[in-house]
Amino acid sequence: MTATATAPVARRGLDKKAVGRRAFNKKAVIPWLFLAPGLLLALVFKFWPMAKGIWLSFFDVRPFLGDQWIGLDNYERVLSDHRFQDAIGHTLILGIGQSFGAILLGFALALLLEGQARSLKILRTAVFLPAVTATAVVGELWRLMYYPTSDGLLNSGLHLLGLGPVQFLDNPDLALYSTMAMGIWIWAPYNMVILLAGLAGVDRSLYEAAAMDGVSLWQRLRWVTLPAIRPALMIVLTLATIRGLRVFTEVYVLTGGGPAGSTDVWMTRAYTLGFTRNDIGGASAASVVLLCVTLLLTVMVNYLRKRGEAR
Amino acid sequence: MSAPVIDPVRPAAPDTPAGRSTKAQRTTPARFDTALGWNDKPGAAWTLRILLCLIALAVFAAPFLTIFSGAFTTNPSGSSLSFLPHNSTLLNFEVAGERGIWDYLGNSLVIAGGGLLLQLVVCTLAAYALARHRFRGQALIMMLFMMTLMLPEEVIAIPLSLVLGDVPVVHLDLKGTVWGVILPLGAWGFSVMMLTEFMKDIPAEIEEAARLDGVGELRMLWQIILPLCRPALGVAGVLGFIMIWDQYLLPLIASKDPTDYTVTVALSILRTDPEVGSGVVLAGAVIALIPSLIVYLLLQRSLVTGIAAGATKG
Repeated sequence: MTATATAPVARRGLDKKAVGRRAFNKKAVIPWLFLAPGLLLALVFKFWPMAKGIWLSFFDVRPFLGDQWIGLDNYERVLSDHRFQDAIGHTLILGIGQSFGAILLGFALALLLEGQARSLKILRTAVFLPAVTATAVVGELWRLMYYPTSDGLLNSGLHLLGLGPVQFLDNPDLALYSTMAMGIWIWAPYNMVILLAGLAGVDRSLYEAAAMDGVSLWQRLRWVTLPAIRPALMIVLTLATIRGLRVFTEVYVLTGGGPAGSTDVWMTRAYTLGFTRNDIGGASAASVVLLCVTLLLTVMVNYLRKRGEAR
Repeated sequence: MSAPVIDPVRPAAPDTPAGRSTKAQRTTPARFDTALGWNDKPGAAWTLRILLCLIALAVFAAPFLTIFSGAFTTNPSGSSLSFLPHNSTLLNFEVAGERGIWDYLGNSLVIAGGGLLLQLVVCTLAAYALARHRFRGQALIMMLFMMTLMLPEEVIAIPLSLVLGDVPVVHLDLKGTVWGVILPLGAWGFSVMMLTEFMKDIPAEIEEAARLDGVGELRMLWQIILPLCRPALGVAGVLGFIMIWDQYLLPLIASKDPTDYTVTVALSILRTDPEVGSGVVLAGAVIALIPSLIVYLLLQRSLVTGIAAGATKG
């Protein structure tokens, strides 16, 4: 690699001498021409909105009247609003419960469906369906499964067990957990695929060696499989945590934050504030808080992971 | 999400090279092929495995049957659903069609097609510069693309909707046009990074030989590099499609009125329409489901490779 990499550099030096400065500049410009469309789109539709969001979060945004600088008032208002405080709790419960549920179930699925047989491949294809289905479709599906009368799909099952119809989505105490179950259902197959890739990398001779040492199945899982798939587990955990914090669509399509705000998460709250109540400043402040927490968490997890690798 | 997550996706078969080689050599019995030591001969463990597989199938795949059966049932009355349709009918699709579901599907297809094309072109161009050129600020640009992954639509939704209504400098109003959804999807950090990693692995000798023949930059990318990147492009394409099809908030904030909705967002219109039953909603769900289902079943190998390499769905 080093030998080949130096060749263009040497030639560029030659060009510079032979053709002069203009040719060198032309060469330097080429990569930027290729980067231009991507950078432009990212700038206009990602970074500019981010900057604008940070900027607006310090203003009382009033259309037609002109924005007014109010310093940290938006942040104070959002962070002291009890509905936002409730939303923090919901976001954490949903995020953590959903992440761990999906990882445990995904791991179980990976263990169950690991193997080369054709039937297993077909099974994996079928089980993976929830992960590729648009969240809005999944939401409609689960609304029907959760149908509150006794002839609803899940309730008719419970009816057979002699349990009364459960108001999965209308009971404020239950709605958050119903949402969590849907989240686990979506993400468990997704995690399964990542963990299956991890399991495939486990050295098979270790299993044989373990068998010769006469260890139990549990010990083998604990001391051979688990250490080997730790990197895959870390990836899954990182992705899930960050995803969990900014959960929006799943909640929005299933419950819309209701009943009585019992499933309102941070982003649905910010959405309501921004688009229903037209409080752009407050909603921007809420988004900036989320952005900061997400960035902080990403940096932290990466740091921890690097330290773990170094050890 | 972040650099260590992304691994180069190689053209080699995605699933379990280790498992496959043991199978080819057959030096070890089957019970060493899996972490749990599943046996492939009938027995108690074997029966248990089949039972558990059936449960997994019932939990994760069977609910999709209810969507189909409900969509083809005259009036599922919102609740009495089964796994197989009774009195099958297309009435629900007709009603959904009257409510404009085909227009919504048209919006979705235009956005998915245009968005994916733009995304692939933009990300390939950027990846080519990042992988095959050396220039000042390379690391910084890479980091910028990585950061786009940390700025999903959810986090910047509110200011983004303002930007879509009045694009800086050119002062265009993109709201209510498909461009409002397509353009923000163009620069996708994941595709850029994956394609970059892949292109870096192409031997420099190939490029140098072409350069000696006087091949220019665009032809180099189009005729030399791209054909070698086909597996990675497949992964970027299928993941990009699934990601675009799953978009919910972006089409919502980019719309001026409900006729601009994509089919996934329009499901909420059908649901809140008091005149139509859940059979029609399910017909809509089927219509929204089928394109992603087709892409998944045709290209699942690329998809699984990409996700195993560390893709992000949202």
